[in-house]
Amino acid sequence: MTAELPLDPAVVAKARRLAATAAQPVVDLARSHTTVSVERATLRLAGLTGADPDGIPWVNRLADAVQEQVGIEHGIALPVFHALKDFPDLERLAHAAAADGARFTLPTGGDAEAARTRAQTAVRRGFDRIDRSRIRRDELVAEIGDPPQRPWIYLIVATGDIYEDIPQAQAAAKAGADVIAVIRSTGQSLLDYVPEGATREGFAGTYATGENFRLMRAALDETSREVGRYIRLTNYASGLCMPEIAALAGMHRLDMMLNDSMYGILFRDINPIRTFVDQRFSRQVHARAGIIINTGEDNYLTTADAVEAAHTVTVSQLLNERFAHEAGLPDPLLGLGHAFEINPEVPESFRLELAHALLARQLFPDAPLKWMPPTKHMTGDVFRGNLLDGFFNLAGVMTGQSILLVGMMTEAVVTPWLSDRDIALQNVRYVLSACAGLAEDFHPPKDGFIAGRANQVLGEAVDLLERIVDDGLLNAIADGTFGIMKRPADGGRGLDGVAKRADDYWNPAAEELDRTSPDQDAPLAGARKEAAR
Amino acid sequence: MSRIIRPYGDTTGDGMVQLSFTLPVPHDKRAEGAALQLAAKMGLDGAMLVHAKAIGEGYTFFVVYGASTHLVNLDEVKVVEKDYPHLSPKDVNDAIREKLGRKLCVVGACIGTDAHTVGIDAILNIKGVAGEKGLEYYRELRVVNLGAQVAVPDLVNRAVDEEADAVLVSQVVTQKDAHLHNTREMSAAFREALPPGRRPLLVVGGPRFDEGAATELGVDRIFTRGTTPSDVASYLVHRLVTMKANA
Repeated sequence: MTAELPLDPAVVAKARRLAATAAQPVVDLARSHTTVSVERATLRLAGLTGADPDGIPWVNRLADAVQEQVGIEHGIALPVFHALKDFPDLERLAHAAAADGARFTLPTGGDAEAARTRAQTAVRRGFDRIDRSRIRRDELVAEIGDPPQRPWIYLIVATGDIYEDIPQAQAAAKAGADVIAVIRSTGQSLLDYVPEGATREGFAGTYATGENFRLMRAALDETSREVGRYIRLTNYASGLCMPEIAALAGMHRLDMMLNDSMYGILFRDINPIRTFVDQRFSRQVHARAGIIINTGEDNYLTTADAVEAAHTVTVSQLLNERFAHEAGLPDPLLGLGHAFEINPEVPESFRLELAHALLARQLFPDAPLKWMPPTKHMTGDVFRGNLLDGFFNLAGVMTGQSILLVGMMTEAVVTPWLSDRDIALQNVRYVLSACAGLAEDFHPPKDGFIAGRANQVLGEAVDLLERIVDDGLLNAIADGTFGIMKRPADGGRGLDGVAKRADDYWNPAAEELDRTSPDQDAPLAGARKEAAR
Repeated sequence: MSRIIRPYGDTTGDGMVQLSFTLPVPHDKRAEGAALQLAAKMGLDGAMLVHAKAIGEGYTFFVVYGASTHLVNLDEVKVVEKDYPHLSPKDVNDAIREKLGRKLCVVGACIGTDAHTVGIDAILNIKGVAGEKGLEYYRELRVVNLGAQVAVPDLVNRAVDEEADAVLVSQVVTQKDAHLHNTREMSAAFREALPPGRRPLLVVGGPRFDEGAATELGVDRIFTRGTTPSDVASYLVHRLVTMKANA
C-alpha cells in the first residue's frame, strides 16, 4: 500500500472528463483516416515478409504500387487481394508490383466478395499468431513466474548489433533485470519502412526488425528458465512505422512497447495526424497482443522544467490513458511514464519528486507506472550521478512505482559500460532491499507540503485541460504546450502517407480490431458528451 | 608557483590518482595481478587495488589508487584561449543595435540522425541552462530553431531563406564518429552553396567535440561541455559585430 493523498474525487473526475473531451476530436480524426503504415501493417498480418535487394520491404513495394494506382483511401486490402487471384502468393504479387507488372483496381460485386474473403482469411492467420503468442506468454509466466518484487527492474541494451545485444541482455537478466529494452537505432523513427532481417549495424541502438525480435525473445526465453523469472522484452512502436512494428511485436511475443500518443509529434517532428492514426491502430494491436505500452511523459521534462511543467505530465498521462482506453487497452497494460527530472539544485527537490510520483500513483492505481531516472541533470560527475540515481530509486520504492528504469551514473557520458550497469544494479538492489516495505510507513500529512504540491499540480493540470478543450488538442500541440515543441497539424514528416478514409474504406485488420479491442470507457460514453461543464 | 605539476591526493606532489576499469577475466588472484600490472604500465607507482568484484562470469571490475609517475608542464599545455570578451545579454543587445543596426539572425538545428535536442535547446530556448536564459531571450537576436534530425540540405536552404548570420549545430550522438561526419558534411554543404562572403558563421557544439578541431571540420568555432548561451552570444557579437565594425 502506498500513501494516500487527499485528492478531491470530483476534481479527479473532472480531469478525466476533460481529457476525454479533449481527446475526442483526435479519436474521430484517427477513425476517419488511414495511413500507408496502417495498410502495410495489414499486409504484414496477412503474412507478407521479406525485402527486395535494396532492402526495401515487399510490404512497401506492394503498398506503394497500390497507392500509386488506386490510392489508399479505400484501404489497400481489396485491390491487393483482388489482384492476388492471378498470383500464387502475396510475395510473388509484390515482386510483380515492384517490376510494374501488376494492375490494381478496386473490385466490385462478386470480385469484391471473393477478395474480401481472401483478405480476411489471410489476416486472420496474423491474428492467430498474435493470439498464440499471448497464450504462450501467459503459459510461460505461469510456469516460470513473475519477478518476486515490485518495481520490476528495467534495463536498456544498445550496442547496434543484435548478436552483441543478446549476450548483454542475458547478462543483464542474470544480474537482476526483469525487463530488457533494446533501444532502437537513432534514425529508425524517421524511416518509412521497417528494416528486414538480423542487423549488426546501428547508431546508438539496434534496428527493430521482426527477425531481431525473434532472436532476442528466444534468447530471453532460455534465460528466463535459468533465472526463474519470465524476462520481459521491450521495444519501440513509435515513429513512422508504429502500426507495423506493433504487428511484428505482437507476432513475435514482445511484452512491452514504448508507444506514446505524442512523442513522435513533439520529438521527431512527425505529422500529428499521421501519429494519431498510427498510434490508435498500434494500440489496438497491443491490446489484442496483451502488450504493456510505455508512454513517454518523461521526455517532456527533459526539455521543459520539471517543476514548472509537472502538470503537463499529468495532462499527457490523462490523454494517453484516454487514447489507450479508446483503443481497447485496459489499465493493467497502461505503463504511463513519469520521471525524476527536477534540478537537484532546487531546494526540497526530493519532496517535490515524491509529490509528483505519488500523484501519478494515486491517479492511476491499476496502471503499471514506469518510473524514469534522471537524465537532464546528469552532468558527467559520475559520483554525484550515482547519488542522484540512489534518490531516484528511493522515490520509486517509497511511492510504489511499478517499473523502474535503471538510471546510469554515466548518463550523458557514454553508452553504459558493463561496469556502469553493474554499479547501477547494485544501487537499485541496495535501495530495494534496504527500503523494502518502506511505503507502508510513509504517510505524508494531509495538510503537508507533499499533499499540497500534489493538489497544486492536479489543479494546474485541470486548468491546462480546460484550455486544451477550448483550443483543441491539435492547436495546443501546435502552440508548444508539451515539451515546448511547436508542431502544427499540417507540418512534419509522413503527412503524404495519410489519407481520409473513403466511404467504402475497408481494412480487415481494422475491422477485426474494432471488434476485439473495445473502448474501455464505453460505459462512460454518454457522460463524456456533456463533459466538464 | 611551479609550472610543473602532478595530481594531488592530500599532499602536494603525492601524484595520487584513482581509476576504475573492467578486465575481461574471471575474478581470481591472477585477475588482481593483471589489474596491478596494467596500473603500473599506465604509470602508477605503488598501485593499491582497493576493490575487485566479479561482474557476471567472465569479467572483473577494479578500483585502483596509485601515484602517477608522470609530470605535466603547464607551459606546454595547448588550449583554445577565449579570444573574445564575455558580454551580458544587455551588452549583446546594445552592441547589435548600435553597430549592426538590425537583428542578428541565428538558425539552429540538430543535424543528421541526431534527435538529442538537449544541447541546442539549452542554448536557444528561452528556458536556457545553468540559470542563464537562452538566445531566444535576447531581443536583438532572431532565433530559428529547426529542432531535431534536420537534413543538411534543409538546413542550408533555411539558412539562405532566413539570411542567417550564424548557424548553430548541435551534435550529441557520437557513435561511430557521427558528430564528426555530420559536421564535415554540413560545412561542405555551406561551402558549396554560398561564396565565402555570404556564408553564415558556422558554429557547432556538443559534449564530445575537440575545441581545437574547428579548421579540420570546416567550421568557425566549436563549443564543448559547459558552454552557456551568453558564451555563444558573446562570440557571435565578437565575430559578426565587433570584428566587422572594426574592419
